[in-house]
Amino acid sequence: MTNDVILQVKDLKVYFKLDEGLLKAVDGVSFELKKGEVLGIVGESGSGKSVTNLALMKLIPTPPGKIAGGEVFFDNKDILSMNPAEIMDLRGNKISMIFQDPMTSLNPFLRISTQMVETIVLHQKLDKKAAKEKAIEMLKLAGIPAPEKRIDQYPHQFSGGMRQRVMIAMALSCEPEILIADEPTTALDVTIQAQILELIKELSARLGTAVILITHSLGVVAGMCDAICVMYAGRIVEKGSAEEIFADPKHPYTQGLIKSVPRLDKTSSQRLYSIPGQPPNVIKMPDCCPFFPRCEKVMDICKTKYPPVTDLGQNRNVACWLYGEGK
Amino acid sequence: MDNNTNGKLLEVKGLKLHFPYTSGSLWAKKRGFIYAVDGIDFYIKKGETLGLVGESGCGKSSTLRAVAQLHKPTAGSVLLKGQELTTASSKALMEARKDMQIVFQDPYASLNPRMTTRDIISESMKIFTKAGILSLSKTEMDERVEQLMERVGLSRFFKNRYPHEFSGGQRQRIGIARALALKPELMLCDEPVSALDVSIQSQILNLFKDLQEEFELTYMFIAHDLAVIQYISNRIAVMYLGVICELSNSAELYEKPLHPYTQALLSAAPIPDPVVERKRQRIILSGDVPSPDQQRPGCYFYDRCSKRMDKCKNHFPKLKDAGGGHLVACFLYHEPD
Repeated sequence: MTNDVILQVKDLKVYFKLDEGLLKAVDGVSFELKKGEVLGIVGESGSGKSVTNLALMKLIPTPPGKIAGGEVFFDNKDILSMNPAEIMDLRGNKISMIFQDPMTSLNPFLRISTQMVETIVLHQKLDKKAAKEKAIEMLKLAGIPAPEKRIDQYPHQFSGGMRQRVMIAMALSCEPEILIADEPTTALDVTIQAQILELIKELSARLGTAVILITHSLGVVAGMCDAICVMYAGRIVEKGSAEEIFADPKHPYTQGLIKSVPRLDKTSSQRLYSIPGQPPNVIKMPDCCPFFPRCEKVMDICKTKYPPVTDLGQNRNVACWLYGEGK
Repeated sequence: MDNNTNGKLLEVKGLKLHFPYTSGSLWAKKRGFIYAVDGIDFYIKKGETLGLVGESGCGKSSTLRAVAQLHKPTAGSVLLKGQELTTASSKALMEARKDMQIVFQDPYASLNPRMTTRDIISESMKIFTKAGILSLSKTEMDERVEQLMERVGLSRFFKNRYPHEFSGGQRQRIGIARALALKPELMLCDEPVSALDVSIQSQILNLFKDLQEEFELTYMFIAHDLAVIQYISNRIAVMYLGVICELSNSAELYEKPLHPYTQALLSAAPIPDPVVERKRQRIILSGDVPSPDQQRPGCYFYDRCSKRMDKCKNHFPKLKDAGGGHLVACFLYHEPD
């Protein structure tokens, strides 16, 4: 583990035991997060991007879920083998999260001050008065006008964008090393989305926080991320820097995805490309490439064996039989 | 079509939709209004797509519902093929609705979970047959259901399945087949692709385009995603707080947005290309959209506008032609009356 890598995920597997069978929500995911980096995890619903990140904080509901294998190294310690006390110390302190819907992730019965002070007192060993001052300072950083007054209000008194600012202030109040943002702007309007993304970018740069940004929007990752992992059916199919992935996508799924998004800056009356078929059902998935029924470049081997990860150099990885020795 | 409509399938004039609300608990005291739609004019020509775009709460869906007469408009007129709908009798309205069908946003909530696909698609045909507007036999309806399913990309063998057996994209196909069942001329599409995944979204958008060509459909298409609206629409109306602030053909609107709100909206929309993104200058709007519970004397965008002038505060800018049919409601381009 080199010095600037702060989080290393190796072969993470999360399975859910359901009545219908074993659901391999995450099936062998590996990636690294560097200090101060913004890493985007892109995928469609059901691709396992949220489950991956819940597993990083050991938040998988067990049962039915189970972390079936893998290691997550943070600070030279494996998070997955930590005891509950160690995990408590990590959550909200070293690693914190922002969720998609700020209304359901804030407690509607408690004032903002109560919710923020709780975290700060717990992790920073400050007394309540100092913690409240710290909370006000964070709200101010997050761009909330009149934070001294607003802090004593309840979540319903804030608009959607403002609530997400509160969430960000709360998540960053203990100056975590990693911020996991799970679809932070999906519930927000375009102009508010731009405000919130700008805020996450600015604050994380200022506090030196690394960010894992989970989203289904290619536009959001393009604007925000340094590196990108593309997930499909519980696995990472392609990894690389944002520029390279968009300029020269290797995996047929990534290629299709990029071509199928209408673009504002290119007016054309041409038909939009679309990937045929439906996303796969990940229950009882055979050990083949999950994308083969929708792939234009499908070969015989794709239907029988999952492709190994091919290293293309310069931190580019792709899991496809078109590349590497399987070719 | 009548000659006096000038090829306009739908014409909306001075449309207003205000919702009354009460405050207080049991004995409600103060009454006010939510000015959801506050005086808008537009028309849609046969065979074209008008896109309505704007942020949540700007009145896009209320406009659609007022056009379909699902909410009775407070004021204004809605003409479908030259026929006034706001004062139409319920029988006349029912006949008009045959030409005007809706596709809804949420493919999970808009399909009855207890009905099979066949029942969902054929329900409207049954109702209109019973009312004596159509005369279809059971076998004809069944045939039509099968044709429609195949046309929207579903196998006819799925007709006895229930909605929960389908994925989101497939459900939206059922919703589209249902809307097509009565062979409408105008389809009102209320965010039909926003709940779908990226790869499915492009399939459905292409389906909409193909159907339009094949059946000469006219769309009023609502979306909050600007790239989607640009792809599907011939002309676009940008809405803010219940009024249209800019209306133009889509290429022109994207190349030369005039209203400061449209400019901000376009610059806030992310573009899926890191090289382009890094070079872009964003106009970040401050603040949130104000609540539509009061009418303002001046421009509705005044509080958030970066180019506001004194005259904007007390004069309301009307939607006027700024050249070449590009309509804009802003005093940067014309003087107050």
